[in-house]
Amino acid sequence: MAKISLIVNGNPVNANIDPRTLLVQFLRENLRLTGTHVGCDTSQCGACVVHLDGKAVKSCTTLAVMADGHEVKTIEGLAADGGPLHPMQEAFREHHGLQCGFCTPGMIMTAVDIVRRKGNELDDHTIREELEGNICRCTGYHNIVKAIAAGARAMRGGASASQAAE
Amino acid sequence: MSATGIGASVRRKEDRRFITGAGHYTDDINRPGQVFAYFIRSPHAHAAIKSIDSKSAAAMPGVLAVLTGTELAADKIGNLICGWMIHSKDGTPMKMAAHPALASGKACHVGDAIAVVVAETLAQARDAAEKVKVDYTVLAAVADPVAAQKPGAPQIHDVAANNTIYQWHLGDAKAVDAAFKTAKHVTKLDIVNNRLVPNAIEPRAAIGDYDSGTGTFTLWNTTQNPHVARLVIAAFVGMAPEHKLRVIAPDVGGGFGSKIFIYPEEVVALWASKRVGRPVKWVCDRSEAFLSDAHGRDHVTHAEMAFDAGGKIVGLRAKTIANLGAYMSTFSSSIPTYLYATLLSGQYEIPQIYCEVDAVYTNTVPVDAYRGAGRPEATFVVERLVEVGAREMGQDPAELRRKNFVQKFPHQTPVILMYDAGDYNASLKKAMELADYKGFAKRKRESARHGKLRGIGISTYIEACGLAPSQAAGSLGAGVGLWESAEVRVNPTGSVEILTGSHSHGQGHETTFAQLVSERLGIPIENVSIVHGDTDKVQFGMGTYGSRSGAVGMSAIVKALDKVEAKAKKVAAHLLEAAEADIEFKDGKFSVAGTDKSAAWADVTLNAYVAHKFSGQELEPGLKEGAFYDPTNFTFPAGCHICEVEVDTETGSTEIVAWTAVDDFGVVINPMIVEGQVHGGIAQGVGQALCEGAVYSKDGQLMNGSFMDYSMPRANLLPTLKVATTMTKCPSNPLGIKGCGEAGAIAAPAAVINAITDAIGTEQLAMPATPSAVWSSLQKSYKLPHAA
Repeated sequence: MAKISLIVNGNPVNANIDPRTLLVQFLRENLRLTGTHVGCDTSQCGACVVHLDGKAVKSCTTLAVMADGHEVKTIEGLAADGGPLHPMQEAFREHHGLQCGFCTPGMIMTAVDIVRRKGNELDDHTIREELEGNICRCTGYHNIVKAIAAGARAMRGGASASQAAE
Repeated sequence: MSATGIGASVRRKEDRRFITGAGHYTDDINRPGQVFAYFIRSPHAHAAIKSIDSKSAAAMPGVLAVLTGTELAADKIGNLICGWMIHSKDGTPMKMAAHPALASGKACHVGDAIAVVVAETLAQARDAAEKVKVDYTVLAAVADPVAAQKPGAPQIHDVAANNTIYQWHLGDAKAVDAAFKTAKHVTKLDIVNNRLVPNAIEPRAAIGDYDSGTGTFTLWNTTQNPHVARLVIAAFVGMAPEHKLRVIAPDVGGGFGSKIFIYPEEVVALWASKRVGRPVKWVCDRSEAFLSDAHGRDHVTHAEMAFDAGGKIVGLRAKTIANLGAYMSTFSSSIPTYLYATLLSGQYEIPQIYCEVDAVYTNTVPVDAYRGAGRPEATFVVERLVEVGAREMGQDPAELRRKNFVQKFPHQTPVILMYDAGDYNASLKKAMELADYKGFAKRKRESARHGKLRGIGISTYIEACGLAPSQAAGSLGAGVGLWESAEVRVNPTGSVEILTGSHSHGQGHETTFAQLVSERLGIPIENVSIVHGDTDKVQFGMGTYGSRSGAVGMSAIVKALDKVEAKAKKVAAHLLEAAEADIEFKDGKFSVAGTDKSAAWADVTLNAYVAHKFSGQELEPGLKEGAFYDPTNFTFPAGCHICEVEVDTETGSTEIVAWTAVDDFGVVINPMIVEGQVHGGIAQGVGQALCEGAVYSKDGQLMNGSFMDYSMPRANLLPTLKVATTMTKCPSNPLGIKGCGEAGAIAAPAAVINAITDAIGTEQLAMPATPSAVWSSLQKSYKLPHAA
C-alpha cells in the first residue's frame, strides 16, 4: 500500500492506497467524486480530464500516487458549493454544448485549460484543434465550440457567458 | 408562444447536474456490499471450448465465484432472443441460433463471453481472470458476409445452412424487370455500407442486486428501454417473474441504438448476484465495448436504378447481404428488412421497386440498430444511384431529383410505406439557396487555383420514424407493441409529474416534455418534472429509439393531459358552482363562460384532493390520468443536406468546407435541442463517410478495437454547420411532430461521398473515404470492395 497526501478541490486528503490505483479510480471510488468519468482505456476520449496543479491531465492514465503532494481540481470543485457556476459551465448550458452529459465534465475542464494556455479570444480553428483529446459522440462539436468561445470571453471579466454570446 | 412553451429554445433543465458533475450514471451508483464482475472473453473468432479450469482462479484473494455456461445452464437461465420474426421468401422462419449469456460449447466471435469472475474488488476479479485456463480448439472462422454464404465456408450454427439466417424480399420482381426493359438508361452500383461501432461515450454498465428476503431483483442498467429489458429478462431469460424484477436506467450517457438491446452482461450480473448473495457491478472497458456492444450497418449491396428518356425513374432493384454477426441481437432481423427496403423509394415517385436481402451469420460481434438503423443504408443506396445517374446522363443532380420528387400526399410507395406529408421541393430549394449552389462553379475555380479539387454533394433523404402502429408492426413480425405510455400526476399544490415510457439519454426530454406541459396547463416549467427510466415508477413503456419520443411519447402525454383537463373541469365546475359545459380552461385558469368567475389551476388541483366541494360518490377525488398512445402511421421526416469538400490531390485528405442542412421535422418543440440533434447526427454520418469503420481480419480478429485505432470524429473533422428547417405538419399525431434524432446520420454519408466523387471525378470510392482511399482512387489504383 502507498500513503498519499494531496489537496482535492481545496480540501486536504490523506489515503493509503494500492499503488496501482489510477487517479480517476481514487477520485471516483475513494472520494466519491463521480463527476470525473471514464470513457476509454487509452487516454483518447478525455472524459476523465481533471486539473493537476492547474493543468489539464487525463486522470485515467495518471496514477493516484503521482498526485501525492499536488493539488487536484475536478468538475465538482470548479464552482464553489452553492455559488454561481463557473463561466465555462454556464456557457455550456447557455449554448447547449452538451447532450448526454457524459463527456461534459472533461470537456469543461479541458476548455478552462485551453483558456489558460491560449487566452480569452479563441477562434473556431484553435478550439477545434485544441479539442483533439476530447471526444463527444452527441453534439457534433458545433455547440461545444460555440460554448468554449463564449466561456473563454466570459472568463475575462465578470460577464456571464450569455452576455458574452450576445 | 410563451417563453417556455412549444417552439421556444428553452435552456435545458437537466444541464445543471451534468455541468457540475452531479449526474448519476450507472457506474456512479454503488450498492452496500457490492462486488465486481469481470468477463473472460474469447480471443478466438470461432473455437470449441474443450474445458475451463477455474480452480486456481477460485482460490485467489477476494474471489467469490467463477461462473461459466455450465452453471448458467444448470440454473436454467434462458437464452437471449431476437424479437422480430422475419420469414424468407420461401415462407420459412428465420434461423435463430441459441444465444446463451455465457458461451456454451463454443465461442462464435472474438469477445464472446465465456466465463465471469466475481470478486470483492475489480482488481481482484481481473487478477483472478488471468488464472482461468480455457482450453480451446480453434475452428476456421469467417468475418466477411459474402464469404460466409459461399460453399465450404465455416459453419457457425447448425440451424443456419450456409450461415444464412433468411432470404427475404420485398416488391414485385417481375414488374421491376419489365420496367427495366423500358428504360433508356440504367445506373448500376456496388455499395458497401461500412460496419460502425456505436461508441456512446459512457460504456455499458450493470448492477444486479438480488434481495433474498423478498425474492426481488433490481437491475441498474445503461439501457434505452428499461421495460423491454425487464420483459425479455423475465419472459424469455426466465430470471424472475416480471413483478419481481425492477429495472432502473438512471442517467445514460448516450445510446444511438446500442443500448436498446438486452445483452449477456446484465443477465449475468443479475444471476451472479443471486449466486453470490451480493450486489454485482459490471462496467465495460472501451476495448471490451468494441468486442461486445452491437455494431451497426455492414451491408454489401448491388443496386440498379432505371430511368426513362426524360430522366424519370422507372424502377429500382437491390440485392443486399446483411452481416448480422455471430448471434441475432434483439432487433437485428428488422433492420436490414423493414427499416431498410421500405425506404428505397426515397423522396421519389418510383413505380416499381424490388429488394432482396440475405442476412448472414459471421464470426463477428452481433450487428443491430445504430442511429438511423436501415434508413442510412437505404438513403445511401438511393442517393448514390440518383447522383451517379444524373452524372451519367449529363443532368444536373438537383434538377434530376426535383423532376422525380413525390409531389402529392398521401403517397403510397411500392414498398409498404404511405408518406403522409412533405414538401421536398421546399427543402431542396432552401438548402440550395443557403449553400449558394449557384456560386459553386466560382468556388471550384478558386479551389483549383490553390491546387485543391472542390466537390459538392446533395442528399435528399427521407426516413420513417415514430415507430410505429403496433398492429402494422405486428403484421410485419414485431414481437412487441410500439405504442407509448404516459401518466400525468397532478399534485395538490398544482405541480405536475409526468411519467413516461420514453427514455432520455441526451435528448433533453426533461425540458421538451415539460415545455409541452407548461404550455398546455399554463404552469411554470419549473413546476413540471419528468419521471422516466424506472420500471417501479413507470408502469410500462417502449423506450427511446427510432426518433419516436416526440411523435409517440409526447402524443401519449397529450392524450393523458386531455383526460386531466376533462377531470379538472369537473372539479372546477363544483368549485365555481357552474355547469361543467360552461367551464373554459386557458392559460392556467378555469373560468365560467360569459362571467368573471374563475379559479386558478392550483385552486382546482387542491380541491381535487381535499374533495370538499363535491361528493366522492359523484366524482372521484384526485387528479391523475394515464394514457397509451398507438400511432396511426409512421412519421416521415425528410430534408436536404448539401456538403461541400476540398480534396488535397497530394495527400488524398478531404476537408469539409461547408455543410447546409434543411430538414422538415414537422412541429418543433425546442429549436435549440433539435439543432443539436441534427449536429450530432451529421457528425456520426460524416464519421461513417470519412473515417469510421470496423475492420476485421479474414479470420475474425477486430483490427481496430480501441480509440487508438478506430477513428472517431473529432472536433477538427467538422466545419461549422448551417442548419435550418422547413415545415409541413405531420398529420398522423396530435402535435404534428415528425422526429429529428436520426436525420443527420441518415442524410450525411451520401452527401459526403457525392461531394468527394464530384471532386475527384470517379465513382470508384467506398466508405470510409480515408485519405489513403481517396488518394488511391485519384491514382486509379483503388479497388472497390465486393465489386460485382
